Amino acid sequence: MLNNFVVPDLYPAAPEIFLLLMSFLVLFVDLIFGATRRWMAAMLTVITLIGCAAITLVTSDGQTTLTFSNMFVDDLLSDFLKLMTYLAVIMMLIYSRQYMADRGLDKGEFYVLVLYATMGMMVMISAANFLTMYLGLELMSLSLYGLVAIDRDSTRGTEAAMKYFVLGALASGLLLYGMSMIYGATGTLEIGGVAQVLYEGQAERPVLVFGLVFLLAGVAFKLGLVPFHMWIPDVYHGAPTAVTMFIGSAPKLAAFAMALRLLVYALLGLAADWQKMLLIMAVLSIGLGNLAAIAQTNIKRMLAYSAISHMGYMVLGLMSGVVGGQVDAFTAVNAYSSSLYYTVAYVLMSLGAFGMVLLLSRAGYEAENLDDFKGLNKRSPWFAAMMLIIMFSMAGIPFFIGFFAKFAVLLAAIKAGYTAVAVVAVMFSLVGAFFYLRVVKLMYFDNPVDSAPITAGLDFRVLLSLNGLAVAAFGLFPDAVMMICTTTLTRSL
Amino acid sequence: MNSQLLSLAIWVPILGAVPVFWIGSERRTLVRWLSLAVAVAGFLVTLPLYSGFDVTQAGMQFVEQAPWITRFNVQYLLGVDGISMPFILLNSLVTVLVVLAGWEVIEDKQAQYMGAFLIMSGLMNGIFSALDGVLFYVFFEASLIPMYIIIGAWGGPNRVYAAFKFFLYTLLGSLLMLVALIWLFLESNGSFNILDWHQLRIGIAPQILIFIAFLVSFAVKVPMWPVHTWLPDAHVEAPTGGSVVLAAIALKLGAYGFVRFSLPIVPDASHQLAPFIIALSLIGVIYIGFVALVQTDMKKLIAYSSISHMGFVTLGFFIFNQIGVEGALVQMISHGFVSAAMFLCVGVMYDRMHSRMIADYGGVVNTMPKFAALFVFFAMANSGLPATSGFVGEFMVILGAIKFNFWVGFAAATTLILGAAYTLWMVKRVVFGEVANDHVAKLTDIGGRELLILGLLAVCVLAMGLYPFPFTEVMHASVDNLLKHVAVSKL
Repeated sequence: MLNNFVVPDLYPAAPEIFLLLMSFLVLFVDLIFGATRRWMAAMLTVITLIGCAAITLVTSDGQTTLTFSNMFVDDLLSDFLKLMTYLAVIMMLIYSRQYMADRGLDKGEFYVLVLYATMGMMVMISAANFLTMYLGLELMSLSLYGLVAIDRDSTRGTEAAMKYFVLGALASGLLLYGMSMIYGATGTLEIGGVAQVLYEGQAERPVLVFGLVFLLAGVAFKLGLVPFHMWIPDVYHGAPTAVTMFIGSAPKLAAFAMALRLLVYALLGLAADWQKMLLIMAVLSIGLGNLAAIAQTNIKRMLAYSAISHMGYMVLGLMSGVVGGQVDAFTAVNAYSSSLYYTVAYVLMSLGAFGMVLLLSRAGYEAENLDDFKGLNKRSPWFAAMMLIIMFSMAGIPFFIGFFAKFAVLLAAIKAGYTAVAVVAVMFSLVGAFFYLRVVKLMYFDNPVDSAPITAGLDFRVLLSLNGLAVAAFGLFPDAVMMICTTTLTRSL
Repeated sequence: MNSQLLSLAIWVPILGAVPVFWIGSERRTLVRWLSLAVAVAGFLVTLPLYSGFDVTQAGMQFVEQAPWITRFNVQYLLGVDGISMPFILLNSLVTVLVVLAGWEVIEDKQAQYMGAFLIMSGLMNGIFSALDGVLFYVFFEASLIPMYIIIGAWGGPNRVYAAFKFFLYTLLGSLLMLVALIWLFLESNGSFNILDWHQLRIGIAPQILIFIAFLVSFAVKVPMWPVHTWLPDAHVEAPTGGSVVLAAIALKLGAYGFVRFSLPIVPDASHQLAPFIIALSLIGVIYIGFVALVQTDMKKLIAYSSISHMGFVTLGFFIFNQIGVEGALVQMISHGFVSAAMFLCVGVMYDRMHSRMIADYGGVVNTMPKFAALFVFFAMANSGLPATSGFVGEFMVILGAIKFNFWVGFAAATTLILGAAYTLWMVKRVVFGEVANDHVAKLTDIGGRELLILGLLAVCVLAMGLYPFPFTEVMHASVDNLLKHVAVSKL
């Protein structure tokens, strides 16, 4: 055996390898300096991510390269999503620094878990084999379970972690079961191989569809689509806000990659089947997410339901790639890139929204109720304006990025003939507008109940301002990001 | 001919709002003067639109074109014709008046108040000049944000309810329009250019669906009966400036949408559904006229009077003849002046008495003679007295309606009675008679600033009533072209 062993091409996986090595260093540094110089681990984590970004950029050649016996792929899509992931994680780290320090949670474990979760996402993004996908997913999920419970004295956090773990394990089981069915039908676990067998039409359809249902359940769980959304409100609510921000941002990119790799790259031949399932889940998510958000008084729960509805909108694009069983490259790229654009836009808005929640929190005080936003315009007009931008963007009002994201997926859906679905989707965004407007109302029309000055570091303020302005600027000039998404998918599909 | 005038009209107020916000409300004098300077600059840059306008040309003028979202072939495409150009001037002028009207009255967060109106002004210029479907939609919807804040932050006791109702009602309509716009984009093989859509051939069934989608959107905005209920709430709760902008400009957006979108893009559906729209308009004119009669709140009364007057506008559009359409456009501009003036008048009284109830007033003429003269004049214009602008538009629409069908014209003409009844009865109770109470007795007459605002509007109303030619002249060619276009079936 050994003499057949060929060292695989490590080059495409360079960012992952670098991150792994650096995570050891972070652990080591934390062991030695953890008690006295906590900032070192934080600094090192950010440096690691910046290093990863540099490596990804340098090694990106726009080609699709498979390595590790076709288990791992490096293409433009993976490069783009990884860069976005690094960015989201770095932003999260800067946002959460003070919050975690105030609560004594900025331990080495936090940074190491964040790094491993990031690595899990990177593996998911680059998966070219069902097993790689599963490996990445588990690495990410297990790290996230740990992160949710990082404040071990918080009963709410522990409870949330437990729920997340049990439901997540169930979803992983479903996913694995679906994968095994598809393996049974096609005889391969390779994403490209499955697509090939489906294309040749040799596999048994009932088994495939049976497997698809389970596979889709796993994907829907990660995206948080109704009816697999139960964990989202509780986990968002129970986790420390910084961790909620983490869960609500970068993993959405990885989940998008997972959906795209499994459904489009592997199972495009079954598009007619999974599109119908996605359609139902999308409409339910948009409906339930928007309706349930109205009833919330806790902003983290509200944003959780809003996340459910946003993922529903995102799926509108995903299900519009194949029209009438005909695979047309232009339509497909158009639809999938609209979903990619939506995901990127959502991550940006989500980071900003949770950034605002962190801004209002301080040592010993969790600003997680909607009423904490009361009269923010009197306390800080600038940050009230930032929140206004983010809320209107989430509601899909122009000139903000959220509008163009909705516009792109609606266009894809109508093009695929789902006009009625598009009408339903926009009607529910009217419902959704209500609770985003309520936040604006609290900030601008009400008097403050809390007059504590806003104490946040300069880095935090600058980042939050940039985040809010980016939501506005990418709305005024949406072309660049849209083009990047389209080019990425054109060259990776 | 690539001029930058329209871009200036849009972006001067919007970018001008940035330093206004920046200065902050602490330095009030600076904020006021800067806001005024921005508003005046915004008005001055629109003047060349009138002076440089070629009245013989029916097409778009001052066209600007640049790619915006290449991914979907969305363009930054601006241009005006005789129909839209007057509204840009009107809007920019009203903004100056609104800034002046909020000079002393607004004490809380004045910088934000002024900034919101400046942004609003720029966005509305954008709506009137956008020739790209997405660009239009983006301006149309973005203009909700400042108005929502204006009503909610500086409004009356029930402002939150009114602000939400205003926002959600309007959003309901525009979201359906978005679907229609996307459908048109796909049908026209990837163009968002409104002028391309004018040439697009569409079957009757989709035409009717598109017409309905546009109708919901624009009818809410106009507002037409029965989707008008947001307007009285919004008007009553909004600060004076908000009411003025709503009545003078925002309501015109819906009517403008009919002329720019519904009529030329789906002419067959427009013809088929015209009886329906005419019926709704007449209900608006007559029924809402009666509703106005029983109001006890002056602002509410003027709000209902606005709905009734706007019913005239939609009526004028859907009888499809030159005099009707032109009359409707004149009526829109005239109503812009008159309703702005009426709301400002109520604002003047409200600032002193903090009441809008008719019953709290009486004999105002004894203590505020100058004001009373102007108020009576505007009331006359509101009820359509000859020699005021209110008469010209109404008369033209009635003429057109009688040409179309005698009984439609007859029903429309009842407004001359109803309008006079509710307006003059209110004036009688508020202005004339004995001094009603001590509060009225202590009233002080209007100062120079208020006189300037109202005087300016009075001049406009009178000029338009005596010599409407400069207004009709610019719209003539465009209306002619529109009607020729609408007469041709697109099936």
